[in-house]
Amino acid sequence: MPFHEMFEPDGSIRPCYAEVQNWVERTGIAGLNRRMDEAEAIFRRIGITFAVYGEGGDPERLIPFDLLPRIFTGQEWRVLDRGIRQRARALNAFLHDVYHRGEIVKAGIMPADIVYRNNAYLPEMADFTPPGKVYSHIVGIDIVRTGPTRFEVLEDNCRTPSGVSYMLENREIMTRMFPELFEQGMVAPVDDYPAELLKSLKEVAPPACKGDPVVVVLTPGSLNSAYYEHSFLADLMGVELVEPADLFVDEDRVWMKTTLGPKAVDVIYRRIDDEYIDPLVFRPDSLLGVPGIFNVYRNGGVTLASAPGSGIADDKAVYIYVPEMIRFYLGEQPILDNIQTWQCSKPDERTYVLENLYELVAKEVHGSGGYGMLIGPKSTRDEVAAYAERIKANPHEFIAQPTLDLSTVPTLGPAAVVGRHADFRPYCLVGKQIRLVPGGLTRVALTEGSLVVNSSQGGGVKDTWVLQD
Amino acid sequence: MLSRTAENLFWMARYMERAEATARLLTMGQRMAILPGAHHRDEWRSVVRATGALNHFPEGGQVTESDAIAFLMLDLDNPSSIRSCLLKARANAKSARTMLTQDMWEALNEGWRKLDSYDVAEARQQLPALIDWVKTRVMTFRGAAHSGQLRNEGHDFLRTGSALERAQMTLRLLDVKYYVLLPETEVVGGNRDHYQWTSVLYALSGARAFHHIYGGTYTPWQITDFLMLNRLFPRSVAYCYDQLAYRLNRLAGWHDARASCHDTVREMVADLEQLDSGEIFRVGLHETVQNGLMTTNRLGAEIAQAYHFG
Repeated sequence: MPFHEMFEPDGSIRPCYAEVQNWVERTGIAGLNRRMDEAEAIFRRIGITFAVYGEGGDPERLIPFDLLPRIFTGQEWRVLDRGIRQRARALNAFLHDVYHRGEIVKAGIMPADIVYRNNAYLPEMADFTPPGKVYSHIVGIDIVRTGPTRFEVLEDNCRTPSGVSYMLENREIMTRMFPELFEQGMVAPVDDYPAELLKSLKEVAPPACKGDPVVVVLTPGSLNSAYYEHSFLADLMGVELVEPADLFVDEDRVWMKTTLGPKAVDVIYRRIDDEYIDPLVFRPDSLLGVPGIFNVYRNGGVTLASAPGSGIADDKAVYIYVPEMIRFYLGEQPILDNIQTWQCSKPDERTYVLENLYELVAKEVHGSGGYGMLIGPKSTRDEVAAYAERIKANPHEFIAQPTLDLSTVPTLGPAAVVGRHADFRPYCLVGKQIRLVPGGLTRVALTEGSLVVNSSQGGGVKDTWVLQD
Repeated sequence: MLSRTAENLFWMARYMERAEATARLLTMGQRMAILPGAHHRDEWRSVVRATGALNHFPEGGQVTESDAIAFLMLDLDNPSSIRSCLLKARANAKSARTMLTQDMWEALNEGWRKLDSYDVAEARQQLPALIDWVKTRVMTFRGAAHSGQLRNEGHDFLRTGSALERAQMTLRLLDVKYYVLLPETEVVGGNRDHYQWTSVLYALSGARAFHHIYGGTYTPWQITDFLMLNRLFPRSVAYCYDQLAYRLNRLAGWHDARASCHDTVREMVADLEQLDSGEIFRVGLHETVQNGLMTTNRLGAEIAQAYHFG
């Protein structure tokens, strides 16, 4: 039986959920379901949606919201907090290393191929050090719980991890609908995240910046699936939300076009991919992007957050080496474990994967968002066979992991509280200091037994509480 | 402020004004269609004409109520239909979202795809309710902006957009009525005229206000005075131009820079101050209105240039 976050194996309530249990009993399942409809109406009205491409129907969808919070005790959080910060430091050290001397490769810890022949590695970044030596300014780490004291890292996101707006809005909705739950002050607040983000971004202003740094959020535009989040963050930080066409380069600075004429920009929190940043450097065929911006960046005229080329640190093939990175760069033992991972590029690991595929989870190295994965135990014989052929054809494109005994979190069903699998994504901010608000985004698979929590695959979200001791 | 944001705010306000104006025109059309002799006057054609879509329906055939409702309320190929306007206003708002208050956004976002689910027959049956819905949306939006939005340049761009759109709609209505009315009427101010001119007042929600100011009689001179020159009526051309002058002056102040739009608006305000309705009819109502429309169109282009729109 997987670990249930609310109930002990004997059916009793884990102490951290006692207050929630009282609340469920007071309100009743029917009452909670009514409140759930109200919450959905609020989300719809204030427009918290994400776009789903190419499926027809409503182009702006709500992510299903579940009323029952996911809870960490203060003690659990302290471990997570230290582990997350440690990982964020190691990933940034790794990025600096691979774009400079490559010590980790020279030391024989990582094979050169994985780094230098990787699509996410940008030779254009070599020998350049971004302000403050920070590459990944917002590190989103996906964590699953596999036992009472066991947390494992599923994936690192060093580019533009999304979803933080849901962390904030979920809390907003919960405090609006159930103020009594928060009155006792037992839940640590997360609402200073935007202020912390702005501080972190200002700390990495470029050398050319004079005075208070001008920060902007760069979005591909209002049709992007995460546009709501982009505008939400710009709004909460009180900075401009710009599109590529609002920016241009002149005299070694980046400027935005305003009604008062051009205004210099210092720090760009960009939510567009590397290849669309600068058509002069990366993709000449792209209409997106700001011509010349990369050159300005390298000359210290602007800071890009996150740095181009940061994707090499969250590549699934590189992931395997993160514990080694922690030992190598920080001289520390990893606080959070990796999930055991087999690389199909290695012959004996590939043999093991192919022989055991029906009980493993196999993933594409470059895939994201739950696309292109195979969940062995839930697949038909034909699906497994077809996937095996894909692995044989391009072994270096695949990794595999055991199907984990993921914990289940309490989730509101039509007639009872049920257990559903969930993961957790905290957002670690890296400037001159490392900052972490006590919380993150809990994503939950809404179908019984399902392990897929991605919003693009029908997963939902819930508020995450860190209890103050 | 980003130029793109200014442009979005300006157009968002214009589309919302236009949606409301079209809703009021539909009310006017329905009201006129039930009066005696409506069939001969082809009221729905004049309603369509007032929106500026002169060429959509060929001369000759009758424009039916269903045609007009389909075209003005639902048709996405008509960039001025209510549905088009509400969708575009929301797209503008989404793109400039950080400059809107939560209440403004909610007013635009509430039921933004509502009209998708209507066909013409249903829309015709539910017309009064749909019109009320549109007007409520627009008024909620306007109220949210009025009571909550920061009085920064964003607000000035918003109000500039709505004043410009209003001036244009009032001028167009006057022009349409000139076309529909004068050629076929021997004596200006005759009995059939009466319906035509009162319909203009209804289309601008100004009938009651008119009574309060001018008493019970309708004359083309008084109605023209009211719609062109009366500064008490918030949809008169003079009132709208006062607003435009005020807003553009504030923008000049924010930016410490003047442009051709500031000259244009100043000249137009001065012209309107010199006019009286007698003078308008001596010069020709049609000519006066045409000049006003041309000036207003030019002003729109000059504003776009001055503040670096797209």
